[in-house]
Parts: sequence; C-alpha cells; structure tokens
Amino acid sequence: MAENTIRIRAKNSGGNTKVKTLIKHAMSAKSDKNGTTSHFIQEVMCEHNGLTVFKANWSTSVSKNPYLSFQFQGGSVGDSITISWVDNSGDTDSLTTSII
Amino acid sequence: MEILRVGIKRRVILKGTIASGAIGLSLTSGLITPNMAFAASWPANVFNKTNLNDALSSLGVRELAITNDILIKAPDLAEHGAVVPITVETAIPAIEKISLLVDKNPNPLVSTFELTQKCRGYISTRIKMKESSNIIAVVQAGGKFYSNRKVVDVAIGGCDE
Amino acid sequence: MNRINFSSNALIYNALLFVIAILVAPILSADPESDREKFQSFFSNKFSTIDFDEFGNGVYAIDPESRSQWQAIEEFPPYEFAIEEGEKLFKTPFGTGRSYADCLPNSGIGIAHTYPKFDPRNLVVVTLAQELNTCRLRNREQPLPWGKGDLALILAYLASTSRGEEIKVTIPSDSALKAYEKGKKLYYSRTGQLNIACAHCHVDNAGKRIRADILSPALGQTSHFPVYRSRWGEVGTLHRRFAECSELSRAKAFELQGEEYRNLEYFLSYMSNGIEANGPGARK
Repeated sequence: MAENTIRIRAKNSGGNTKVKTLIKHAMSAKSDKNGTTSHFIQEVMCEHNGLTVFKANWSTSVSKNPYLSFQFQGGSVGDSITISWVDNSGDTDSLTTSII
Repeated sequence: MEILRVGIKRRVILKGTIASGAIGLSLTSGLITPNMAFAASWPANVFNKTNLNDALSSLGVRELAITNDILIKAPDLAEHGAVVPITVETAIPAIEKISLLVDKNPNPLVSTFELTQKCRGYISTRIKMKESSNIIAVVQAGGKFYSNRKVVDVAIGGCDE
Repeated sequence: MNRINFSSNALIYNALLFVIAILVAPILSADPESDREKFQSFFSNKFSTIDFDEFGNGVYAIDPESRSQWQAIEEFPPYEFAIEEGEKLFKTPFGTGRSYADCLPNSGIGIAHTYPKFDPRNLVVVTLAQELNTCRLRNREQPLPWGKGDLALILAYLASTSRGEEIKVTIPSDSALKAYEKGKKLYYSRTGQLNIACAHCHVDNAGKRIRADILSPALGQTSHFPVYRSRWGEVGTLHRRFAECSELSRAKAFELQGEEYRNLEYFLSYMSNGIEANGPGARK
C-alpha cells in the first residue's frame, strides 16, 4: 500500500467547501520515454463525513503528481474529508483531514 | 445554443454501449444520491477509445448542446504539454458528470468526474496534451449533454530538446 | 516579437549584434559591487515595469500568459512533496549517530541564501550541495548524486527555510575575488558549436523568444533552486540545469559541482544579491 501520497486542503467559506488535493503519483503511460508499462491512478474518491461526495476516473492523460479541486455546498469547519485513490496495479492510499 | 449530433454509427450499437456501462444506469435512473454506489470498475472501454466521436458515444452522448454556459479556463499557449492547468466551471444545474477530452490525444478521454447533488459545477486539474488541440468539456445534467471547447496551443519550446 | 534564429545564415548577423551588445553590457570592472549595481540596473531598465523582487520569478515576471499557468501550479505546487521528503532525509541521522545539522551553520536552517561561500583554507568556492556530501563523507556515508534525487530533496527543504531572505553571497578575499572573476568570465565567454555565451541569451536577449520559450533574465536566476521542472517531473539542482543549458546550446557541459560551475554559481548568485530567495521553485 502506498503511503503519504496525498495532501488535502479543505476550506469552508460562505457555506461552500472547496477541496484541493495533490497526489504523489507517477501517472505514467506506456508511451512515456522511461515507461515499460503504464502506472496510473484510475479512481479517486472523496468523502465528506463518510459519505461519497465526489468521484473521478482518471487516465494517463492526467499529469504526474496530479492535482484536483472541486467544490460542494455545505460542509462545516471540523467536518471530515477523505480522499482515496486506486491505481491500475491495485495500489491504494487514503487520507482524512478536517475542513478548516 | 447549438445542437450537435455526434457522428455515430448505428443506434443498435449505441444502445449496447450505453446499457453495458454504468453511465447507462445513471441515465435511466435519473437520480443521483450522495451515497449511491459509484461504478466499482474503471471503464476501460470508454478510456481506450482512440478518436473523439467514439469516446463521446461511449460516454452515452448522442446529442451535444454547445453552450457558453460552460466556461473552460485553460491557457491559449500551454507552457508545457505535460502539465496544462485547466478549470471547468458551469452553473448548469443538476450535474451528474463532467467529462474532459482532448481531441488530439491518443486517447481523447482524459478524465470523468461524477458529482453528487451538493457539488458545484466546478473542477480544476492538470492534464497532459500531446499537441495543440481542442479541450472539450462535456457536462451531463438532467439526462442531457452540454459541451464547450477551447483551443489550446502546445508549442515546442526552443530551449527543450 | 523578436526571435533569435540559430540557423547559420542568421548567426553571423546575430553574432555581430551580440558583439556590439557585449561591449555595452555592464561587465567591465574589477569590483563585484559595481558589477552587481550595473548588472541589476541593466535589468531594471530593460524591464522597467517589473518590481525588483519579481526577477526571482524569471519568465513569469515578464510574461502574463505563462505567469497565470505558473500561478495555477503554485496553488498546490508539486514540490511540496519534495520539501517534506527532504526534511525527513535531512533529519535522519547517519550511521554514526550524527546528522546534517551537525555539519552546517545554524543547523542548516535559514542558510541556503548565503551560499555559495568561499572556503579560505582550500581556496575554492563551496556550495551548499557540497556541504551536504562533505558531511556524508565525514560520517562514512556514500555521497549522493549532484543533479537530482535525495540531494535535491534535501536542498529543497533547506531552500524552503530561507524563503523570504535576501540572497547574500559574499566575496571576502582576493582569492574569492579570483573565483568570482573566473565565473564572470565563463558567463561572458563564447563557447560550443553555436559560439554563444550565457550572456547572449540571458542578458542581451533576455525576454525574447526562441520558438516558444522566453529567455529568462539572468537577474534572479539562482533564487529558486532547486527547481521542480514539469519537464523533469521532479526536483533538480542548479548544476543540473547548467549542464542541460550547456548541452542545449551545443556546448560541452562541465562536471556538476566541478570548479567551473561552482565559480559560475558564485558569480550568478552574487549578481542576485538582494533578490528574495524563493526556492524550491516550479518551472516548466
């Protein structure tokens, strides 16, 4: 299991929560110069207080060390935000933080 | 608002595609709830399409309403094709999914984002572009598909190999 | 918009222009301080709308289109991982029980902007990168590669502790002055197949384009290293960038951390004295 690959900034302002995440991952395509096989995150899931609020399906066309930001209505300071990912080799990581 | 018919082959084939994908479920159920089980498997059959029209039809698109209600923020000239920052914003209500495509990438579908009811029509990310292309955003809302596009130039830098 | 054309036909014409420009360029002095003043006012005049400290942002100070892409990346920059990993590496003790902090002034914190220094005993320029490997050797550890990897990660962490400090490189002796002069000479010397000097691109033609790339001004060029380059997909060091640029201008690259690049770093850093240190940086 991958470790410590996720960074999250979740901020609430005016009833709107903005989530930004940066993930450490090669996101390599088979066609990359050093790539023998592709290695990329396929699914990213975000939960707010344990409930799925947002999901992304990715491909090798998402940049290395990928960044993602989305927003949702609601959420309060102190609520939990969890970001998890799964890649095409079955590797995963997850991080939970609080909305500030 | 311009209506564009996506050039697809046969309705029969298209129905099969929709029915087999999770996207079809979303379309027919018509209701997304926050703790709905999202598609558990990565839709390879959608991501592995190698041309734009195939990618669009595998997303379930039959008609695309082109609209400026979808704002694509991306550079006119990308500094580096491997890291192109892009934001898609829209006030279209009841969005189920936003898809991002780059028409000249080997596989045009870059990413799909599944939004729950409380999500705002906003996503921001960084993508790879092989060459100067259109970035196409497709917003699926209320069972309909809306789209906009933006041309992004990717130049070869003189200081890079 | 002006473009430099490296085809052989244009080269002669351009070379003449460059020669004239070089004679006018502010280099002829035996006093580093007046070199620096002339150097910095050359750029302040050439880019009169740019704030002094903005020069540490390179092309992003002068080109709005690429600046907004850089700002998008700076919102959550990929070098954040490098800083954290670098900190962890920095704080991990050697087999001897000692650590990098024991080898460095102020335990390494807030010192990066004062490098490179001049070693009065060995009479050579010393870079922070060298201090790290010297520390490793003293503690019976293998030295790390100079261009990327763990060394670059540690430098990213150390650079982050100097953010906001003004670059402050000193030339404390005649021997140091000699090293500075060597670095300066290298900067202004024609070299390689294209027969151009660093100054041709980054002084005389700073702000102009080679195809789609904008030539960054020399002022502030060292402020943001080590740098995460989109092209590298990782953090790399100043000397790695020097070598790359040598090769791109069809000149032979010197050894990373060899005397030539250390002298070059000495000259360039001194020219940026007063600019805010802002490493690690993100570039394309």
